[in-house]
Amino acid sequence: MAALWTLRLLLSACVLGCLALTTPEERPQPHNLPPSPGFNSSDGSLFVDLPMALRVFSVDYHHVQAPFEIVLWIMLASLAKLGFHWSGRVPAVVPESCVLIMVGLLVGGVIYGVRHSAPPTLSADAFFLFLLPPIVLDAGYFLPGRLFFENLGTILWYAVLGTLWNVLGIGLSLYGVCLLAESTLGDISLLHCLLFGSLIAAVDPVAVLSVFQEMQVNEQLHILVFGESLLNDAVTVVLYKLFESFLRLPSVSGLDVLLGGCRVVVVGLGGLFVGLFFGLVAALTSRFTSRAQVIAPLFVFLYSYLSYLTSEMLHLSGIMAIVTCAVTMKQYVEANVSERSKTSIQYFLKMWSSVSETLIFIFLGVSTIQDVHMWSWSFVCSTLLLCLIWRATGVLLLTAVVNKLRRNVVTFRDQFIIAYGGLRGAICFSLVFLIDDFPKKRLFITTTIVVILFTVFVQGMTIKPLVELLDVKRKKRALPTVSEEIHSRLIDHVLAGIEDVVGYWGQHYWKDKFEQFNKKYLRRFLIREDHQAPSSILRVYQELERREQRGDEEAPQLGDPRSPSRPLLPEEMDSIRRILSRNLQNFNNKQTPAYSRHTLHQDTSIDRTRKPLHRHQSLGERHTYNTITHWTQGEDGDFSGTRRMRAGLSRSHTVCSMSPRPFVQDSLVTAADPKSVREAPVERAPQKQLSFVLENENHHKLYKLGGAFLIGAACLFLFMLLLYVLWMEVVDVKRYILQERGDSCQNAQVSVLYGLSFMVAAAGVPLELVSGLVFMLVGRALLATFFVSFVNLKSPGTDQPTNPPTHPHTKHTHTHTANLCWGLELR
Amino acid sequence: MGSSSSGMKDVPDAQELVQETGFSAAHLLRLHERFEFLDRDGTGELRPEDFDAIRELAMNPIGDRIIRAFFSAGKETLDFPSFVRILAHFRPADKNRDRAQQEPANSRTRKLRFAFQLYDQDGDGKISRAELLQVLRLMLEMQVTEEQLQCIAERAIQEADLDQDDAISFDEFKKSLEKVDIDHKMSIRFLK
Repeated sequence: MAALWTLRLLLSACVLGCLALTTPEERPQPHNLPPSPGFNSSDGSLFVDLPMALRVFSVDYHHVQAPFEIVLWIMLASLAKLGFHWSGRVPAVVPESCVLIMVGLLVGGVIYGVRHSAPPTLSADAFFLFLLPPIVLDAGYFLPGRLFFENLGTILWYAVLGTLWNVLGIGLSLYGVCLLAESTLGDISLLHCLLFGSLIAAVDPVAVLSVFQEMQVNEQLHILVFGESLLNDAVTVVLYKLFESFLRLPSVSGLDVLLGGCRVVVVGLGGLFVGLFFGLVAALTSRFTSRAQVIAPLFVFLYSYLSYLTSEMLHLSGIMAIVTCAVTMKQYVEANVSERSKTSIQYFLKMWSSVSETLIFIFLGVSTIQDVHMWSWSFVCSTLLLCLIWRATGVLLLTAVVNKLRRNVVTFRDQFIIAYGGLRGAICFSLVFLIDDFPKKRLFITTTIVVILFTVFVQGMTIKPLVELLDVKRKKRALPTVSEEIHSRLIDHVLAGIEDVVGYWGQHYWKDKFEQFNKKYLRRFLIREDHQAPSSILRVYQELERREQRGDEEAPQLGDPRSPSRPLLPEEMDSIRRILSRNLQNFNNKQTPAYSRHTLHQDTSIDRTRKPLHRHQSLGERHTYNTITHWTQGEDGDFSGTRRMRAGLSRSHTVCSMSPRPFVQDSLVTAADPKSVREAPVERAPQKQLSFVLENENHHKLYKLGGAFLIGAACLFLFMLLLYVLWMEVVDVKRYILQERGDSCQNAQVSVLYGLSFMVAAAGVPLELVSGLVFMLVGRALLATFFVSFVNLKSPGTDQPTNPPTHPHTKHTHTHTANLCWGLELR
Repeated sequence: MGSSSSGMKDVPDAQELVQETGFSAAHLLRLHERFEFLDRDGTGELRPEDFDAIRELAMNPIGDRIIRAFFSAGKETLDFPSFVRILAHFRPADKNRDRAQQEPANSRTRKLRFAFQLYDQDGDGKISRAELLQVLRLMLEMQVTEEQLQCIAERAIQEADLDQDDAISFDEFKKSLEKVDIDHKMSIRFLK
């Protein structure tokens, strides 16, 4: 709460800073002020009156202008993003991209209002060279490889054919519209329409992903849309460049079209090979980084960026290159570098791509405020309509064909999401600026901006409710019974397994061949010797774990009492259906989407091999954890703990609460309760807990409030000091004072200095900050001790130490919140 | 693709298998190649460990059960004819089947029987509540609580159990899936 206000304060301070520093240079130059006459007063003044050649404070903005502005923009973007995530229910309704564009619009409007000239726009060079590569690299690095290659046929089908369909359709229809509205749009030729069609048909991965973050999509749909948006960039950019070069030619013959087709293929494959080359070189380099582990992550970024730049230089597809590079080098690099380097790579990728994406959206907003707009109702509206229509028909047609060849059909709901979720983003925007100048270019720019804003805002915000509406409608029509759902999913799993056994022709055949080649040659060449046989260790652990799992299954189920059969209430039925549809919908049981912009997703295969490690470690400390596990079992099984494990990065929390079944059964056996009795003692707990909470709850809040106020006051104080400094430097105070009072007092001598009070104030600010922080810490400590005593209350009759050795604070908050949830559930 | 192909002569009992299962000779050859690929130590027979080498199968929630389904009761090795016979279940159904013939391996009933046997580990012909719970636990792994699992299993049994014996027999299983197009779902199309 207090943090949010501090955040807003910082954000507005930043915006004001941006504003102030981008104002034109009519203000007087601070360092050109004439020396003050104070130097001549040698009447023994008490103040520290330094000679005027030296200034105590001076502002030299031009020296740092360029990096300063860049940093401020990035800061603004990041603070906006932070604010977005902290604001309560906004993320649920409005996707992040919309909020960022709105912030950009606001800032652009403010800058325009102050300066009366266009705000800085996103130059195409900056976009393609600096902002786009991190996003695509991040996408390529975290691409779920297996899923991608399994669905590669469908993805290529959508990307290549779908894009061609869209481009030609939109281009030709727009030409028809231009012919119809001869008067206003008559000077747009067919090639221009096709060019425009090629850039407006591009579905943007950045925008699409940012919307999908908030939506519940299963991984198959995710990879389809994501893969399509990645690959269709290549197709789009190629077509765009093709049409552009056609425009530059005096005339276009059939041969040129044929050559154009060849060029598409060359560009695509060329990008692929460049990426492959750099990926392999990067893998090789990473092999030798054992002695300088700190710079290992750097190689990943350098080689990827190099591949991008090289292919751009050769006019090949940079996006394909960078994606291929990332996909190629990932497995070798991750085998070669240390664990920390691996984490650094992943974190930096996420960070850069996040910043890039945020900056893109903000600049989109800012660049909208321009004075180069040309409006034409017919053109804009028809473009919007045509985009929607052609995309919908394209998806429908293509899916009808591709469903016959797939086992997992793309359902109607999925098709709707693919069609409606085709958002346009910054790529169209940059491409439209790159068009050679011609009379109607401004119309194109305006239309592109409108289309982007429409798709991001309208489609982005309404896709979630519409999909939910579809789900509801689908449910109303044909409710499958629970048994049907369960058995169908079982059959799906069976089929997947049998396909794996059979080595599903074509796909798995090539995959197996590649795996053999990989093992024999590539791995030996590209991975360090001592890391080359991890498989044996992994295999041992996997074996151990599998045996344990098998053992668990054969063990008699201790805790399965017959719950008395009672008719299920409709809301329970609904919740069951919801659970089933949500959890069984994911093939191979992957609940989390494989790619997420905001968090690092833990690879499930690594999960499984790490689990036994944790389990075996914690075997020794079983007793200490028994109390906590007894708890988590009490509320909702061990499942919530492991769910949190999947959801987040922090694994230290979950070592204790990740109680696999043997522990649970232990605690059950020790408690020796049938289910009903077990509920009773824990039921008494919430009452006690609630009263305890109410008593001491307010104390720590008061401390925190006091700390927040102090910190706020310190910030305001600092702000005041800064304003004073600014005033001193920027405004010519002496002249003003002399001007005002000069006539009444002829020999006035004004000396403007930073006096003792200023020094004292400057010293006071950090002290105030520190005291505010101390108050906050006191509040937190109160909270922690309160939980310690509260856990002491809880552990019934065990003489075990109740503080688990690591992270007491986080563990306790975990159990606390868990219990509150459980307490709520009971009601 | 068939660089190191074994000829049809290497495939044991090729003719009989073609007759029995309905696979074409080409498919049989490919299955034999796959069999040999899986059989890493070249003994001519598969063991459960050979199946474990298939990574995706390890990630399948019911992977273990599928592997076990290949090995008939008690045996620890699997030879090629048995391998093919099990896989014959997953051929798409033949359009015009001669009614007089014995029911082929890929009929709807046989497919459902395969799925049924994955639930019914103790082979008593019924899916008891505990067996259903085991499978549910495997599939839903960690996303739901124990109570919710019990509810779901309860509901499934209530829906399907017509003779009120608190277990699902094969006929009840078949009946509960009568609306589902088993042939489409349980076929590997390329095995036609």
